[in-house]
Amino acid sequence: MVQYQQIRLDSSFSALSDATRRGILERLGQADASITELAEKFDMTLTGIKKHVGVLEQAGLVTTEKVGRVRTCRLGLQRLEEETAWIERYRQLWDARFDELDKIVEEAKNRKSTL
Amino acid sequence: MKNSTTAERTSDRELVVRRTFNCPAHILFEAWASPELLKRWWVPPSFGMTFVSCEADVRTGGTYRFVFSHPAFEEPMPFFGRYIEVTPDSRIVWTNEEGAEGPVSTVTFEETDGKTLLVLTELYPSKEALDDAIATGSSGASGAPEQFEQLDKLLATLVKP
Repeated sequence: MVQYQQIRLDSSFSALSDATRRGILERLGQADASITELAEKFDMTLTGIKKHVGVLEQAGLVTTEKVGRVRTCRLGLQRLEEETAWIERYRQLWDARFDELDKIVEEAKNRKSTL
Repeated sequence: MKNSTTAERTSDRELVVRRTFNCPAHILFEAWASPELLKRWWVPPSFGMTFVSCEADVRTGGTYRFVFSHPAFEEPMPFFGRYIEVTPDSRIVWTNEEGAEGPVSTVTFEETDGKTLLVLTELYPSKEALDDAIATGSSGASGAPEQFEQLDKLLATLVKP
C-alpha cells in the first residue's frame, strides 16, 4: 500500500542518516558478518552494534539470522525492495486499468440518465 | 477527484487490490462480463499493448482467451483460463492457465449507498509461485516509481565497492 511504502521509505532514509549504519551497510555489501565482527570493525560494544543493526533491520535494509550463538547479518535490501517495487508496479497496472474502467462507468451512468 | 487504488501482499500466497467506484455494482459487473467492454479497459494506452482478440464467456464453467501484441513481443501473447464461479453483479472467480503456477483470481463487488468497493484477490498455489512471479517481474507494468529509483541510487553508492 502507498502508506505502507511511505513508512518503509521514511524508515529507510532515517536508518541511512547515521554514519555507523552506512558503514555497516558498506561492510555487509562486501560480505555477510556476525554482530561480533561488526563490533570489532567499528570498535563498538555488542549492545551498541545490535542497536544499529536493529534500526537497519526495521527498515528492511538488513536481515539477520541466528545460528547457534552467532547472529549473522546480511543486506536485506534487494529482495525486500524488489518486492515493494514490484507490488507498486502491480498497483499502477490495476490503477491504470481502473481509470479506463471509470470512463466506461461514466458512459453507462450517462446513458441511464438520458433514457 | 479520482478514487485511489491500493495493492498489498496480504500473505505468502496472496495479493489484494482495492478500489471504490462511484456507481452501482451491476455496472462494474457488466464491464467485466462483456468482452466488448473488457477490451476497452483491460489494456490502458499507457501499456503500449494492443488487444488482438478478446474472447470471454463469463459464466460458471466458461473460458476466456485474451491475445495481446506489443512491439517488444516477437509474437502475440495469449492469456487464458476458466471461470470457476460467476455470480452476477457480485463475484467472478477465474484461473490463469498460461503459466504452470498461475493464481486463482477473485473479484468481488460490494455496493453501499450507490458506490461499489471492488476487491481483487490473486491467490497463488504456493509462496514459491508468488515469489517467482515477483522475481521474474511478471504481471507488473514497466517503470519503477521515482522514489525507489532515488533510494536505489543512494544505496548503490553506499554498498558498491
